[in-house]
Amino acid sequence: MNAEARAQKAVATNAGTAICTTCPYCGVGCGIRTDGVTLKGDTQHPANAGRLCVKGSSVLETLGDQDRLLNPEVDGEVVSWDQALDEVAGRFRRIVDEHGPDAVAFYVSGQLLTEDYYVANKLMKGYIGSANIDTNSRLCMSSAVVAHKRAFGEDVVPGCYEDLELADLVILTGSNTAWAHPIVYQRIVAAKQARPDMKVVVIDPRRTATCDLADLHLAIRPGQDVPLFNGLLTWLDDNQALDQAYIDAHTEGFQATLETARSQGNDWEALAAKMGVSKVDLTTFYHWFAACERTVTVFSQGVNQARNGSDQGNAIINAHLATGRVGKPGASPFSITGQPNAMGGREVGGLANQLAVHLDIDNPAHHAAVADFWQAPALASKNGLTAVELFEAVSSGEVKAVWIMATNPVDSLPEADKVRQALMACDTVVVSDCVASGDTLACADIRLPALGWGEKSGMVTNSERCVSRQRPFVPAPGQAKADWWIITEVAQRMGFADAFPYQHEHDIFAEYSALTAVAGQFGKRLDLTGAAELSADQYAQWQPQQWPLNGDPRCYADGQFSTPSGRARFVSCDNPPVRQIGDAFPIILNSGRIRDQWHTMTRTGRAGRLFAHLSEPFAALHPQDIERYRLQEGGFVRLTSRVGDALVRVTRDTGQRPGTAFMPMHWTDQFSRRARVDALVPARLDPHSGQPAFKHTPVNVSDWQPRWHGWLFTAASPPAVEYWARVPVDAFLQAGQVQRYRLAGDADLTEQQLHDWLPQAAQWLALNDPATGHYRRAALDKDGHLLAWLAIGETLPVCDVDWLADCFADDADIQHLAILAGQPADAGPDLGPVICSCFQVRQKTIEAVVEEGADSVEAIGKGCQAGTNCGSCIPELRGLLETCTS
Amino acid sequence: MKRLVVVGNGMAACRLLEELTRLAPDLYQITVVGDEPFAGYNRVMLSPLLGGGTDEKTITTHPHQWYRDRNIRLITGTPVVAIHRRRRQVETAAGHRLDYDRLLLATGAAPRQLPVEGVTLDGVVSFRDLYDVRRLLSLSAARVVVVGGGFLGLEAADALVKQGHDVTLVHSRGHLLNQQLDESAGHRLQQDLEARGLKFVMQARTQSIEGTCLEESREEGGRGRVAAVHLADGQRLPADYVVQAVGIVPRAELAASAGLTVNQGVRVDDTLQTFDPAIYAIGECVEHRERTFGLVAPLYEQAAVCASHLAELGHRRYLYADSATRLKISGIDLVSCGDFLGDRDKGTEQGETLQLNLPGSYRRVQIRDNRVVGMVLYGDVSDAPFFEKLWKENTDISALRETLLLGEAFCKRPGDSDQNSEEIAA
Repeated sequence: MNAEARAQKAVATNAGTAICTTCPYCGVGCGIRTDGVTLKGDTQHPANAGRLCVKGSSVLETLGDQDRLLNPEVDGEVVSWDQALDEVAGRFRRIVDEHGPDAVAFYVSGQLLTEDYYVANKLMKGYIGSANIDTNSRLCMSSAVVAHKRAFGEDVVPGCYEDLELADLVILTGSNTAWAHPIVYQRIVAAKQARPDMKVVVIDPRRTATCDLADLHLAIRPGQDVPLFNGLLTWLDDNQALDQAYIDAHTEGFQATLETARSQGNDWEALAAKMGVSKVDLTTFYHWFAACERTVTVFSQGVNQARNGSDQGNAIINAHLATGRVGKPGASPFSITGQPNAMGGREVGGLANQLAVHLDIDNPAHHAAVADFWQAPALASKNGLTAVELFEAVSSGEVKAVWIMATNPVDSLPEADKVRQALMACDTVVVSDCVASGDTLACADIRLPALGWGEKSGMVTNSERCVSRQRPFVPAPGQAKADWWIITEVAQRMGFADAFPYQHEHDIFAEYSALTAVAGQFGKRLDLTGAAELSADQYAQWQPQQWPLNGDPRCYADGQFSTPSGRARFVSCDNPPVRQIGDAFPIILNSGRIRDQWHTMTRTGRAGRLFAHLSEPFAALHPQDIERYRLQEGGFVRLTSRVGDALVRVTRDTGQRPGTAFMPMHWTDQFSRRARVDALVPARLDPHSGQPAFKHTPVNVSDWQPRWHGWLFTAASPPAVEYWARVPVDAFLQAGQVQRYRLAGDADLTEQQLHDWLPQAAQWLALNDPATGHYRRAALDKDGHLLAWLAIGETLPVCDVDWLADCFADDADIQHLAILAGQPADAGPDLGPVICSCFQVRQKTIEAVVEEGADSVEAIGKGCQAGTNCGSCIPELRGLLETCTS
Repeated sequence: MKRLVVVGNGMAACRLLEELTRLAPDLYQITVVGDEPFAGYNRVMLSPLLGGGTDEKTITTHPHQWYRDRNIRLITGTPVVAIHRRRRQVETAAGHRLDYDRLLLATGAAPRQLPVEGVTLDGVVSFRDLYDVRRLLSLSAARVVVVGGGFLGLEAADALVKQGHDVTLVHSRGHLLNQQLDESAGHRLQQDLEARGLKFVMQARTQSIEGTCLEESREEGGRGRVAAVHLADGQRLPADYVVQAVGIVPRAELAASAGLTVNQGVRVDDTLQTFDPAIYAIGECVEHRERTFGLVAPLYEQAAVCASHLAELGHRRYLYADSATRLKISGIDLVSCGDFLGDRDKGTEQGETLQLNLPGSYRRVQIRDNRVVGMVLYGDVSDAPFFEKLWKENTDISALRETLLLGEAFCKRPGDSDQNSEEIAA
């Protein structure tokens, strides 16, 4: 939808009233104020106080009905909701009856709202009777969940964003905060500007944009976090910087943990060398940590997504416990999340090894209490399959029906190609999504159109436990429905109508809030009981609030933890074995976010503006490696790992450690030919969390020099070529939004292939230079409208992107030469009409010759050739002579 | 005053008179003898005239008054039959005896006759002069076979279609205008003309022309009338009229009989002088450096050079400059020049072909060593001067190559590629 249509639709819906909602992207959870036409940061929201990053500010551009899933579909046929829901309920019911509850599974998402999540969890664990519900939070947060639970007895983030501003030392580890959590980063930037003495340390094998702010960047080797923080513990001990009183009063297991830490010794020179940093940098970091009472350690995927992600989290928390810096103003370990509602999902129990509201499946007392609250006779009594296991079970046939909601496992799970194969072979795959095309949707037997951001209504929890509303401001497209409604309808059709009576998301939130009282019975900090009696109107008016709803923005400041003993636990963390790099896969591939994209681009991929920063999938390598492996900067690199391969562009990045590469996680088969980083990543999991090690994939790299390069503009899917990557442009056709494809290939695209590719083309404009291999095509429909534009050459042909996008407009004036040029004509001065058609001499040229003294038709001919061939313009020349001389 | 006699009153002669009377208005007493009974007209415009697009008055470039204004004596309707070189005198069929100090031969060319039986039948016509056009315009609705798919044949055929005749064009080659167009352009032209109702028989050799009522005609002393054209493959094309348009031959008999050196045409040197220093020749009747002429551009150049010599300002030399051929057939503009097939210099690298195919328009530019060596433009010829300039100036086009065929408006900004640079990172 273009801006105008969007504005009309929004105005029609809201009559210009602005609503407050929450950004759909990262876990910072910024407040947004919008009327659907304009959008700005919500100055009243505690997370952002009015600030927004580029993704958040362009989110309106991602709305619209283009490429939206608009109707339920069963086996490729559009059906009514009744039919679709009956089909889902029937198939799940049949498989549960025949093979037991563990033969079905839900795979859900941190983009579901808390109410959706709650209902899905209740249905699977409480009524179907299996814990086979896991979430994509498994891929990003589950190691932090384990670390929190092991240390604090509950998955609680003790600190809040304000701590970042109060701290004297902010440590950012495994987090490119500047790109992945821009508003958190801006808050740190502002704090450091206000208090220049504040120190920032970035721990990351890469020099990222976040390092611009750092007083110290520790570019440790990949996988060296535990040695680094174990070393810190030792150093604190050696330098009498421990808070022994706190350790004694509020923790347990310190001695064993310290011994484990000390086992690597205290030869700082040797340790620094092992980590790949200088001794000065290492000890500077340790000094600062010791000296700054107010220290916040922000950790994110670089810590979590590792073989020992849980231990890495605990190694960080250990250092904070040992210095008594938990839940105090300006002093906390701080796990920040990547999804808008990963936290909400963790709270309701959306992970396969949680029950609900921070309670555990394998704790009989927890189990009994929840079973009682839900009146759930079949409540699952053993942990379910975590994400990777779940899809392995799909692959083995153990799980026969899977319902995937609001996520894209075919792109986001490790060994992603195997996930696709598993889904293709699975008996029943249900996918609820808001888009019409996606790599996971392509595997679905049943597709259910869900509401998207701006349409759906409910709660989300951000990284600092702040619960905010997402509010709708545009109408549902087509038949799309809220996820909670879809799940509720299926639950009712499976025979659980009594337990799923929900009419409104408010009903669900109230029930969930009431359930948190059960958590309180077991000493959990999760507490929303104050919202259990919330009226529908209060729900509608909900202002952002942190839990526990007691007004204290921090947890555990009093040193009382959620463990049975009330003491926090130190967790001994062994140094991981050093992974030997073999000749077959000599490069360690890291993956992560880039600034302007989010997840698998289903939303950000709709806004052309968000590709202005980085437009193609790439692998960033150090210049030494580019030379060593004979790659070309800006060229193409084929990456191969033990399990898969990818083909992306090469970017030169001196911020990479030699021997490492970085690939963005966002590109899918919808956006590039072969750039899914997770197809390369082997399924190696943290043993405690089941979280895959996305940050550490041994790969090989090789140069690919395509014979030709090209551009393609079209709303159709691209023809079969070796490389393509697309960027949406601001033009829309019947077939969808126009995309700009960057192409490269070895094999020629034959005329026949092109015609077969776009059979609806009525006319092809063609420019050929076979000697150089350069050619251009423009396909027009029968009314002369542009359908596709293609330019291919040995080097990349030149074109004017914005101008070409305009040429796709319905009323565009299609000039054939300009279209093939891919740019408007450089018209030059207006010389009037052609008088002499033989020599294409125009009126003003002739007049100029006359003014210079030509006094006859012959003299004009001498001056400008006019009239000197066929002579048919001579009468006109005489006329011009007369008018000019009179 | 010296006496100049001009034999012929075609476009070359008229152009020479223009130039000469401007350069040396008082040098000669000029007499022009034309065998056609008309003042000077634009032969190029005969096709539009035949097609109904213009009239005789409009195409008359040099009316009688023009000659009178310059004191030129114009004798029309009678050919010169003899040149008495020793006496410096020419003699017309009507009996004029004209003395000269300088004689200019501009006798033009005659239509080539088909070397087949039946060409003398009634209804076998040519398309060369105003008289032919008048005759063709007077035909009643009929079946016409035009032999020859060159420029004249196509123009005649197209004009006759417009007159409402049922016209079939027979061409000996695989595509039309094979002297000026490559196969793609030739096929396009055929398709476009077929769409206008013209029928074609290609790769067809005319075997003979069949006449009707031969016996009776002979008895009456007539030659018989055309009935059909027979082709070598056995096809018989019924015809009421046959237009032969299989080329022209220089009219050099007069010169030959006067003892001037004649090969294909009247041999002239670079000053357009014949074997006899008092006699010049220009136009379609001449042969210059083994080349004969049929298009107007070189004729005009010859007229200019020759006029300078006659004006006794002679210092210029005529050297043939290959120039673009510009044609218009049934409103379709065509331009071709140079070695557009890339096969003219046998044994050298054939070069590279750039082609542009658009609805209604086609361009081909032949490149060798990054230079334009020839081109064919069909339909949209607006960029012909641009390509012709590159061709004539032997410009290195490597920097323009990507958008060269799209024309001048798209070749002006080399180095303008930054706006869509390859960067994947801003």
